[in-house]
Amino acid sequence: MSTGATGQKTVLGVGTSAPDFKLRSTPDQLVSLSDFRGSPIILAFYPADWSPVCGDQMALYNEILPEFRRFNANLVGISVDGVWCHTAFAKDRKLHFPLLADFEPKGAVAQNYGAYRPQDGISERALFVIDSEGTIRWSYLSPIGVNPGADGILAALENLAAKPGR
Amino acid sequence: MASKLTPKVSDRDHLQGPDTASVTLLEYGDYECPYCGQAYPIVKAIQKRLGKRLRFGFRNFPLTNAHPHAASAAEAAEAAGAQGKFWEMHDTLYEHQDALEDADLLQYADEIGLDVARFADDIAEHRHAARIREDFTSGVRSGVNGTPTFFINGVRHDGGYDLASLLAAIEEAM
Repeated sequence: MSTGATGQKTVLGVGTSAPDFKLRSTPDQLVSLSDFRGSPIILAFYPADWSPVCGDQMALYNEILPEFRRFNANLVGISVDGVWCHTAFAKDRKLHFPLLADFEPKGAVAQNYGAYRPQDGISERALFVIDSEGTIRWSYLSPIGVNPGADGILAALENLAAKPGR
Repeated sequence: MASKLTPKVSDRDHLQGPDTASVTLLEYGDYECPYCGQAYPIVKAIQKRLGKRLRFGFRNFPLTNAHPHAASAAEAAEAAGAQGKFWEMHDTLYEHQDALEDADLLQYADEIGLDVARFADDIAEHRHAARIREDFTSGVRSGVNGTPTFFINGVRHDGGYDLASLLAAIEEAM
């Protein structure tokens, strides 16, 4: 399922090899997708840090991390915010997973995944579950204003655990 | 991605209003969440307005990283529930969101007439933590995406939860 509510825009779909990236998680630490080979990873693109609700998408995933870990899955959040912004946001919300800065060139990784909104200069709310070999096994583009929750991610991880090979 | 409530509302849940009500509103909430605090009087107003046509249920969704008192407050409500006074504690907690320290919880237990020793023991032993975790997990599986999240007849309500929006959505489901 790769079509969002608009019915037009699509994010990278199932079976696609996930484009590698190297992004900063802190001012002095770089994280690559390939670092996570060997276990599933969830990429959660989101529009911006400091969303004005509690239990926002990243805070929610922070609470659900133990469920993701049951599937041996890692999680990273990705937005166009810079590392200092991410650092402050992660500290304030006590996040226990990395936030990656898709900052320069701005939104380049989001664009590679079909999850960038050039008109707004931010990434979409888009989710990808990538298997241990680096293949996208589930993706979802959420309406920008709707926090997609985690039910789709967990269902995808369950499918992955049931059918590890393709 | 249709977000449907799983498991459905049952007698396992804390419920107000008759089983024959035409609409069931279920909230996943956190006692320390200010947005749930804002929603609390709105739900009350809707209950008052709709009377027996509405059944209301509450499940725990404590965001414990964001809210340091959320877990113990949820345990307090469940411990009160074990003594038949869930809603009394639920209401008290939402009316005192700024005072949720352990000593406050004990005071509320006393005020609503609970066996305070048993209440304190339930909390110290985390006797209701498993049920709270069950609520949380069911919420995750049902597509809860923050607090509060409302389900109307089992379907996630993605609109606002000001009085007009929530009431309109409920009336539409009637």
